[in-house]
Amino acid sequence: MNDIRTIALITGVLALLTAVTAVGQFLKRHPDRGLDPAAIRTFNLRIRGWWVLCTVLAAAFWLGTTATVVLFGLVSFWALREFITLTPTRKGDHRALFWVFFAFTPLHYLLVGLNRYDIFSVFLPVYATLFVLARVAFAGDYKRFLERTAKIQAGLVVCVYCLSFAPALLQIPIEGAGAVGRSANFRLLFFLILLVQFADCMQYVWSRMLGRRLVAGAVSSNRTWEGLVGSATSTALLAAALWWAAPPFQPWQAALAGLVVATMGFAGGMTMSAIKRDRGVKDYGTLVVGHGGVLDRIDSICFAAPVFYHITLLVTGAGL
Amino acid sequence: MLSPADLQEPVASAPLSGPLLAPKPGRTAFCRAAGLSLAALARLLAGSSVRWIASQPDTCQRIYFANHTSHLDALIIWASLPQPVREVTRPVAAKDYWSRGIFRRWLAEQVFDAILIDRTAIKVHQSPVDLMLREAGTSHSLIVFPEGSRSVSGEIDEFKSGLYYLAKKRPDIELIPVHIDNLNRVLPRGEFLPVPLLSCISFGPPLWLERGEAKLDFLARARRAVISLKE
Repeated sequence: MNDIRTIALITGVLALLTAVTAVGQFLKRHPDRGLDPAAIRTFNLRIRGWWVLCTVLAAAFWLGTTATVVLFGLVSFWALREFITLTPTRKGDHRALFWVFFAFTPLHYLLVGLNRYDIFSVFLPVYATLFVLARVAFAGDYKRFLERTAKIQAGLVVCVYCLSFAPALLQIPIEGAGAVGRSANFRLLFFLILLVQFADCMQYVWSRMLGRRLVAGAVSSNRTWEGLVGSATSTALLAAALWWAAPPFQPWQAALAGLVVATMGFAGGMTMSAIKRDRGVKDYGTLVVGHGGVLDRIDSICFAAPVFYHITLLVTGAGL
Repeated sequence: MLSPADLQEPVASAPLSGPLLAPKPGRTAFCRAAGLSLAALARLLAGSSVRWIASQPDTCQRIYFANHTSHLDALIIWASLPQPVREVTRPVAAKDYWSRGIFRRWLAEQVFDAILIDRTAIKVHQSPVDLMLREAGTSHSLIVFPEGSRSVSGEIDEFKSGLYYLAKKRPDIELIPVHIDNLNRVLPRGEFLPVPLLSCISFGPPLWLERGEAKLDFLARARRAVISLKE
């Protein structure tokens, strides 16, 4: 990681994080500004979560591709257990779930680590689906059969399959990157995560400032059309400004990627809100303080990662 | 079967347990390490979050009573306690399950220091309640499941009277209600492979047998205390 772009990107992110941390601490020390103290606390907890995220990512990057794939595999595993915990299952699903957790999830990440795009792109959507359907049928409980298998399938696709496209970015061959290829791939992954986090914040900020028309008030009371448009625009601008950090992109391509990533991230947040509303909970778990569950943190990345992956493939001409 | 001199010894009635009859401090460092790692593993696998509601962990003598949903229950409650509390806490378990096979027996007797109750042959002169209290002595806490066996329906069954007699014979011991949520999905009845879902263990405030409280009233109140932790 000794090239100038990586250093510039990391320095930039660290500077930004330090700046927002300073702002957060300042607001905490001076509570007499007419700002909602609960909002400031949420803000500070969110910043702390970003530090955790950055530290973990930095450690994984430093350890290499395999470590990053394993890290994302563990995150998927944890997200999936949050997802399945929250969705009611019946005893007849037990054996199918066992294989989903201990065979399909690790095998899928093994295929991602081995860079077998030809297999891992169909492994979960096709073979795991067929297995789950058959295994639940073999268990002999036909009550609400389609509903139950669909839940397991949705969990697998969102928490495992989609998220795995993020570490899969490390395997895309980038032309002309040469010896610094690995660090170029890491920058690509970092670029995606940065855009998703930025889009999340911008969505919140724009909704707060201009938000009038709720997308679906029954699902989420703070996601507005203004927030979506604002966040997509700001993310596209940031992506265009950072195009030099994401190897295969021209500025306009980076902007387009930013636009799509922000929109997909928004869709992911909406989807997870709908599931949470249906189950009557606010968060998925209690792992990182103030960050709800793991799934609450990664819902946007899950939705954005596959699209970003395929955009990158298109741009590099490496596949499709 | 047990002479007064045996009071501080593990269950002497278990056949073949001769060499394991060492006094309690004799639990080897290996067994302790096994206990620690098993507790960590169980908590990881069952993803259990632990809540103390209007209650605090303490090494004073207590009886933890919980709903029974899975074979993992005793292990998870035991693992959810802080280490010093765990040291003085002994699960009460069914002998027919826990003395089957060398590994289970070793776990029960050496690692958890469990009190094994023979459900099939309850003798008049040696009721399980007396055995539990004798084994608890004046310093050990117990983990009991007053439903008697794992609930089939998922609902919490009526409590058996053992808890009442424990409370009546030792009114000085705190009774702590414990609610176990979601563990029946981790390892349901009749399954042997666990699914690593997230479970939640809630400890409630202590209760005691009131003066003159009728058996059924007390048992109903204790059951409500467990249910109320469900929220």
